[in-house]
Amino acid sequence: MKRKIIDCRRLLCPMPVIRVQTTVESLPDGAQIEAICTDPGVLTDIPAWSRINGHKLIEAREEDGEYIVVVEVDHGMQ
Amino acid sequence: MTKQRKAAALISGGLDSLLAARVIQEQGIHVEGINFYTGFCVEGHTHAIRKKDRQKEKRNNALWVAEQLGIKLHIVDIVEDYKQVVLNPKHGYGANLNPCLDCKIFMVSKALEWIKAKGFDFIITGEVIGQRPMSQRKETMPVVADESGAEDLLLRPLCACNLPETLPEREGWVDRQQLHDFSGRSRKPQMALAAKFGFEDYAQPAGGCCFLTDAQYSVKLADLWRARGSKQYEMDDIMLLKVGRHLRPAPHFKLIISREEGEGNFLRGYRRQYPHLTTVSHPGPLALIDGEVDEDDIELAARLVARYSQGRSEEEVVLAFTDIEANQKELKVRPLQPHEIPREWVI
Repeated sequence: MKRKIIDCRRLLCPMPVIRVQTTVESLPDGAQIEAICTDPGVLTDIPAWSRINGHKLIEAREEDGEYIVVVEVDHGMQ
Repeated sequence: MTKQRKAAALISGGLDSLLAARVIQEQGIHVEGINFYTGFCVEGHTHAIRKKDRQKEKRNNALWVAEQLGIKLHIVDIVEDYKQVVLNPKHGYGANLNPCLDCKIFMVSKALEWIKAKGFDFIITGEVIGQRPMSQRKETMPVVADESGAEDLLLRPLCACNLPETLPEREGWVDRQQLHDFSGRSRKPQMALAAKFGFEDYAQPAGGCCFLTDAQYSVKLADLWRARGSKQYEMDDIMLLKVGRHLRPAPHFKLIISREEGEGNFLRGYRRQYPHLTTVSHPGPLALIDGEVDEDDIELAARLVARYSQGRSEEEVVLAFTDIEANQKELKVRPLQPHEIPREWVI
């Protein structure tokens, strides 16, 4: 499965959300995006953005002081 | 078959935009939200940075509002384009460096571009006549509609009955009888409407949702422009104004001194862009130096930073000065005493 990693370190919300949103637009259904972030706000904001826009949250976790959020693209609602 | 009409709602995350969108949804219109990110938005950045604030519950109110409404939300980065609004507001600033009227005009014009690109029919906002002293007055309502170019594609559901009919009303897409006539600063009509719709846990930002309405922030931004001799800023500038203690010991440089561990970690991310000072002999802050400095300036800066370390009462504190190429040197200084720090240094 295609997974694209985006570096959102040092970005404060909502910039990581905007990065995910922009990346989603260029990817097909089923592709995954892994956002590596340093703002803990992404653990709530990216899942919320995914829910309201119909994409699937795969995981949101903390790892070594960074926050990793993985979203699977689903353009079905659009 | 009747065409499904579509409206784009400007969603700030506050109660008014929540209600405006719901009023239009109730009429069978498909609504999607747009939230503009200017860089000055108050979005829990200090919570994200300051360690002691990290335990506080934080949420993005625009996303929360969209979820309550069951609508999609498009967050749009307008940081670069927004500079023209902040730097040269045609209608001037409010009490601080808040260009509220120009801001509203700009956001509606951006929303107009968006609906044209996406095939939406009209724009809605949560504006209420008399709600805000600068941007939401009877006289400014037509100014926003005219100067944004939106004209009668701009519908304000909460106060529409006090304004001329818009296209969605004339065309019968929206029933004017079901719109509202709110006016003034009272929040009671909004609270009653929120109760009717079953909204309880909504955000009520006291000073709006923008750092430019904050007096202290505006003072720091004005100082930045004065020191640089021109009204310019980059994203890093406006983020750093939200962090730390800012002191300007001389016109040509200032210090940004962390106040706690979280701020220190955040400022450390800028160590390749700014020369910085850290304490060596005692626990203490990290300080960025913004400006061109010579040896005397560095010593003064070090004495000032030592003042905010745990060695403040000692005869000597050892600090490390690091330039942007990571060259480091050690300094031994006597911390400044409170009476040696003029009030005007503090921005």
